[in-house]
Amino acid sequence: MVKEIERAGIPVVHICTVTPISMTVGANRIVPAVAIPHPLGNPALSADEEKALRRKILTTALEAACTEVDGQTIFEVK
Amino acid sequence: MSTFKVVHYINQFYAGVGGEEHADYKPELRDGPVGPGAAFTAAFGDKAKIIKTIVCGDSYFNENPDEAKKTLIDMIRDCGADLFIAGPAFNAGRYGVACGTICAAVSEQLGIPVLTGMFEENPGAEMFKDKLHIIATGSSATGMRTAVPKMAALGLKLAAGESVGASIEEGYLPGGARVNFFEKERGSKRAVDMLLKKLAGAPFVTEYPMPDFDRVAPNPAVLDITKATVALVTSGGIVPKGNPDRIESSSASRYGEYDITGVNDLTAETYETAHGGYDPVYANQDADRVLPVDIMRAFEKEGKIGKLYNKFYTTVGNGTSTKSSKHFAKEFAKKLKDDNVQVVILTST
Repeated sequence: MVKEIERAGIPVVHICTVTPISMTVGANRIVPAVAIPHPLGNPALSADEEKALRRKILTTALEAACTEVDGQTIFEVK
Repeated sequence: MSTFKVVHYINQFYAGVGGEEHADYKPELRDGPVGPGAAFTAAFGDKAKIIKTIVCGDSYFNENPDEAKKTLIDMIRDCGADLFIAGPAFNAGRYGVACGTICAAVSEQLGIPVLTGMFEENPGAEMFKDKLHIIATGSSATGMRTAVPKMAALGLKLAAGESVGASIEEGYLPGGARVNFFEKERGSKRAVDMLLKKLAGAPFVTEYPMPDFDRVAPNPAVLDITKATVALVTSGGIVPKGNPDRIESSSASRYGEYDITGVNDLTAETYETAHGGYDPVYANQDADRVLPVDIMRAFEKEGKIGKLYNKFYTTVGNGTSTKSSKHFAKEFAKKLKDDNVQVVILTST
């Protein structure tokens, strides 16, 4: 799906846990996630901490969308 | 002739430990064959024997690959195996990646012959087919009966150090290495046969497949994200509670388009996951963990993005064919483009 969206002319950021799969699939802007059953959350944290974590990952995703890339790039969450 | 000693790797599901709720199961070494090991035992006859089976949860392996690899290598090192077999994983993505990863590590670090099996669309196949022998299997466990004899036959050859034939003869996924062999028919006859089939519109198999370089160049970055419309898409199966379009829990044949106008937060009462390939507990408690509508709404309010697109697109990425996924995305990407969406955030589980 990432490739078809990119092909349609829309930059796409792929947030996923197993980044080697994303590389194989052919995503260009990749942001690593937390875990397979909760990529953008962590049930071990408090509700507020979890939101802060989700915000951090999505901030990285927005930065990725604003960054020119010339090939497949993984944007680590800071 | 001595009996070869085999170590077999399987996931928590095939070991009978449990399904997705046990996908975080830590590596465990058991004596003798477990689960599909019985079929291998039958196929090996007296030529080889599974001495140990390693059981490991798919999520555990994929979320902690370095730790998992190290633990498994330590377990396998002392087994004195002549052959290491993993799977078969069919079209189970995390299982396939785990099988490929551990096979590659065993081969590299312990120098033991390795073998696995998976469906050609398994992401593990693309990642490892040029590094190890992967027997081509069907997409689901119903292919076990045909997969095991092929894996056992090639496994015995590898354990004995015999030369391995071409992929077409042995049944493994072509990894790019060329193996010479004699065809039964001469080239001119094969070419004419192929041409006749082609003219008749009948299926034919080329002897020289073109490499598949399906890469899409990245689009330029968004110039001003604070004015851009951003859309959310997921393969994690998030749907309105009750799954109104009945998206299948695996091998999805459809995707959903759902309006989120006025939705600021996904709750346990309103949204859930239809995905059957991961433990749904966390997504069902709070679907924002997979489809982050809450934070995207906050970004919208704070002016960090122009706006959140009023619909999201979703499907279940669990054994779903590449062909279906491609078709889904082609269809909704056109709508996104027509509605002037400038960025897509796609989340996967």
